[in-house]
This record gives sequence, C-alpha cells and structure tokens, in this order.
Amino acid sequence: MSSRAQAGASLADSQPDARGRYGEFGGRYVPETLVAALDRLQAGVDRHLGSADFQAEYARELATWVGRPTALSHAPTLSERWGAEVWLKREDLAHTGAHKINNAVGQTLLAKRLGAKRIIAETGAGQHGVASAAAAARLGMPCVVYMGAVDVERQAPNVGRMKLLGATVVPVTSGDATLRAAIDEALREWVSDPQNTYYSIGSAVGPHPYPYLVRELQSVIGREARSQMLALAGALPDVAVACVGGGSNAIGLFHPFLGDAGVHLLGIEAGGRGPGLGDNAASLTFGTPGVLQGSYTLILQDEHGQVRETHSVSAGLDYSGVGPEHAHLMRSGRVAYEAATDEESLDALSECARYEGILPAIETAHAFAGARRYASAHPGARILIGCSGRGDKDMPILQRTLLRDLC
Amino acid sequence: MLTSAPRETISTAIRAARREQRPALIGFLTAGFPRRSRFREDLAAVAAACDVVEIGVPFTDPMADGTTIQRASFAALAEGVNLPWILAELSAVAPHLGAPVLLMSYLNPLLAYGLDRLPRDAAAAGVAGFIVPDLPFEESGDLAAALDREGLALVQMVTPVTPPARLAELCAAAQGFVYAVTMTGTTGKAAEIPADVLDYMDRVRKVSTVPVCAGFGIRSAAQVARFSGHVDGVVVGSALVEALERGENPGEFLASLRLRG
Repeated sequence: MSSRAQAGASLADSQPDARGRYGEFGGRYVPETLVAALDRLQAGVDRHLGSADFQAEYARELATWVGRPTALSHAPTLSERWGAEVWLKREDLAHTGAHKINNAVGQTLLAKRLGAKRIIAETGAGQHGVASAAAAARLGMPCVVYMGAVDVERQAPNVGRMKLLGATVVPVTSGDATLRAAIDEALREWVSDPQNTYYSIGSAVGPHPYPYLVRELQSVIGREARSQMLALAGALPDVAVACVGGGSNAIGLFHPFLGDAGVHLLGIEAGGRGPGLGDNAASLTFGTPGVLQGSYTLILQDEHGQVRETHSVSAGLDYSGVGPEHAHLMRSGRVAYEAATDEESLDALSECARYEGILPAIETAHAFAGARRYASAHPGARILIGCSGRGDKDMPILQRTLLRDLC
Repeated sequence: MLTSAPRETISTAIRAARREQRPALIGFLTAGFPRRSRFREDLAAVAAACDVVEIGVPFTDPMADGTTIQRASFAALAEGVNLPWILAELSAVAPHLGAPVLLMSYLNPLLAYGLDRLPRDAAAAGVAGFIVPDLPFEESGDLAAALDREGLALVQMVTPVTPPARLAELCAAAQGFVYAVTMTGTTGKAAEIPADVLDYMDRVRKVSTVPVCAGFGIRSAAQVARFSGHVDGVVVGSALVEALERGENPGEFLASLRLRG
C-alpha cells in the first residue's frame, strides 16, 4: 500500500511470510473445511486490498461516512498533571464510537467484492458488533453477530444498537461466555456455510490472512496520527501507547511507526485483579506459546494446554489470546508490553473525563493508565495515546464502579 | 516403513470389515465423559462393538465440534480429565481392547504435552494414531514427523469443499485412513445424505490408497446403509456420546448401527 512510503521505512520483517508467520507466530490452524475459504479470502485480499478501485471506495466511506481523519487533540491538563506532552489520537470520534469501524467497513467492502451473501461477526465489548452491523446496513448486507452471554449483559446498550441497525445478535452461552466463546461460535458458523458467509473478524487475531488484513485496514490510525503529530506537535512522539486485547487498535497505531527507531511503542494489556492465572487478560505479559482460534501466539493456558478464562473489567480486552504480530513484536523487542489493573484503568478513565472532557472506553482507559506510568518514569516525554473508543457503552459498569463510589 | 508400525493396525482393522462386506465402524467417545470413573468400562464396551475406537481429548475451544461434543468436552474437563490421565488409563487397558485406538485432539493440548515426548508415550500407551481437527496439512509437518518416529498415524481429513488437486495431495499423504467429512459444518448435525455426497465419497476413494471413512452427522443404521459401498467405514461420534449421556449400553447402540455382511 502507498502508506509505506509515507510512513518511512517499515521493518521488513513486519510482513508475514507466505504461511502467514510473523517470526514464529501466526499461521493458519483451522479445520480443513475452512482452508478453501481462507484461500479465497487470501486471493481476495491480494486482488482487491491494494487496488485503486477498492482504495478509492474505502477512502470515500472513511471520509464521508466514518468521519475520518479523526482529530489529534492536545491534552493540556493531563500534560500538566503528568509533567509530559500528551496527545490523543481520537478514534472515539469515529462513527459508532471506536476504531472498530475502520476494519468493519473495509471487510464489508471486501465481502461484497467476494460475492458473500451475509456477514457474520463476533464481538466482545460490542463495538465490533455495532461497527459490523452499521457497515452491513450501509452496504446492504444481512449481519449476524455472536456475543458472549456475559458480555450481552454487561454491554447492554450496544446490543440494542446492533438490533436497531438491523443485525441479529446471538448470545453465546458455551465456554466462558465472553469474547473467546463468541469467536469459537462464529468459526463454527463459518464452517457450516463457508461458501456464502463472510466472517468479519474484529481484531488482529485468527488464522492468516486475518491478522494482516485487519492490521492493513487499521493502519489508517497510525498513518493519520504520524502526519498529524508532525503537523501539530512539530515532531514525532517519543512514545505511542495503545491498549491491547486482541490488538487491532494497537497494531493500527504502531505499524506506521515501526520504521521510526526513535519512537518507543508501548502496548497496555488488561491486568485485571493481578498477575494470577485467571485474574487478568494479559496474554503477552503472562502467557505462553500455543495455538488458539487459528493462530500460534501467546495465550493464557494451564499446563495441559487448556485455555484459561480471563478477567478484566473491560469486555473488549477480556480475551485469552492476542494477535500473533504483537507476540512477534514483543519477542523482537520492537514493542514493549505492560499490564494495567482494573483499578488503575478506572482511575485513569476518571482523570481523563474530569480534566480533558473526554470519557474514554474502559479498554482505552488502560492505555491512559500505561501512559501515565510512562510519564512518571520519563519526565517531559512527548506521548501519543491511542484514544481507541468512547465510554458511553460502559455506563452500566461505570454505574456499578466509579459512580457508586461518587454517590 | 516398518510393516509392524502401530498405524498399520488401523487400516488392517478397517479392511477386515470390508472382507465381511460391511463398512467398518469407528466409535468415538470423549475420554472421561460422562464420568471419569466409568471410562475403562465404556471404552471396553465401545471397543468390543467397533472396529476402531476414537477417543476425544477434551479441549476448552473445540471449534470443529457441535453442541454434543462441546458439552462432553467441557464436562470431562470439569471431571479433571487431561492427556496424561488418558494415556495412563490407556496403558492399563489398551492391550486388552480388541480394536486399535486413535486419539482425537485439538493441537494445543498436544503442544502442551510436548511433541518430543508425545509419540513415545502415546505408542507405549497403545495409541495407533491421531486425528487433529484444527491442524491442516500445511501446518502438520512437525507433528507428522514426530509421530512417524513411532509409526503412529496422523489421520488426514478431507471435506466436500476440498478442491480436487488438494484432495489428491491430502490423500497421497494420508495414513491409517482418510477421514472424509460428510458436510460443511460441525460434528453431530443430523443430515440427509444427498447423492452428491456419495459421489464425493467415490471420488475420495478413487484417489486414496488407504481406506476412506465418512464422519460427521452419522446417527442411524439407514445412514450407514446408504454409505455402504461408497466408503470403507463410518465414524459415529455425537450419537454415541449422546447414548452414553443417556446411560445406555454403548455396545447395544453400536450394534444397532452395525450392518451385517
């Protein structure tokens, strides 16, 4: 894509090999039924993603319907409080309230070109579900969203939005009844009808070529942020910080900066209640290599290779695996990853809302918590935070946490 | 290749049924379901009524399985079933079973056990081969090489949407038998068997040098009869697991599916 020249020298090894590997991670671990479907998807990606026709339509939808480019905001009060120079890449201002729409629009356009009859999607926090439902409505395709029953409960406003946008929401009660179970169920549904169904995966996870496709579609975040930093801050950031669940907003923000050796990259995972297995969703920080949902990556598992349930206050980060490219970027040392706890993140959310007039999503608040920690260790640092989504959807859980304490 | 390799026992058992002019019966049960304490007894009963036994290693994310085997898998995990336990149980009983034993496992529990020691321990426990539903041919090199050291089979799955050139490639690499999935979908969904599925089985059989067995959704003697003559064997999974769940004698249930030659 033309972005590469614009972003400067991308690291050569950030491209997956022919088998979809990023270093040792990635690959394509799926039932035989899906092999032909993934081959078709790969052919579609090769044919359409870089084509002038696709890029023109994608750019038009992003500009006139999603509302891109999203703003880069200086955060004066956080800068002062943290003793740093803080900038926010405002994906919370994108249509439907988060970065997820960049990917959903791109994949739905691709699905149409591949002749799919319907879109299926999984969702955790509901943001990818809402984005998929909106994109499908916009482009005239039926959409079915699989969502863990636990998440249906804790992200109720988004369930209503999906329904209003015309999607069918299927609660998933098997397994852990959160994002992982929703992905398992979407994969089963895709196995049942691989010819007519397009599976629009919501994060940079799953079998090749999904992690690559999602990263390419989300890299618009980092490309815009990079040129906006140069224009508004007059320099690249010292560090770019993003939250990491599956890792789509982080890879989208980081990727265009990979070639900028002076820019530190910091991913913040869900540290939950603490470091114990089952108490967090920090696969990079605490996980071990294994195969989950189509790729070889770092996962939270027990000694017998059984995938463990996770905990996070944030539904969107509550996942036992992570995109394989992140596992590779951590292994290579190019990106650092840390975890922020539930408590630190809620505290950071409240600080951002109170002092910058922005209510970030709880997922996003993890990035703020990590950035604040970075600032205290690096006084005066120029910090770019991926403000990946807004927190309106989190009101039910904020009522039970931050607001309960305020009353 | 050693003629006495454990994997040879699989194709030998399936071909023996062919001589009786009936499709071989491969019975699947999830290890330790419905109860850990009943595993040896259930396994013996299934082995006595089948030509080959397929034992499911439970996994938290069984993406190729329908609701029945998912439920059995989660229940077995709750019973504390894991691969070391399964191999220990098999070591005790496999020599007395009249049928070769295959393990069906998703890849991750095998990786966690360690590909360096898995083949030796599995062979010592009397396992003849593996079926790994989330391991497509392109990713199977490491496991296949490891299993080959002990003469264990890595069974290849093919599906109705596998393109012809790929079908030939997969069948050429097949060991034990070719597992021909009857439909696009997960395990357990009962389905009509349209004529094109039989044509597909015939195509698979034409290119395969090892026996071809049909699986997914096979629940009745009528279905077995319909596949007869088009395949060398049938795999009965979810229906058998449901019979075990209902507390029925698995031997009687399997006998009801077994065609007399």
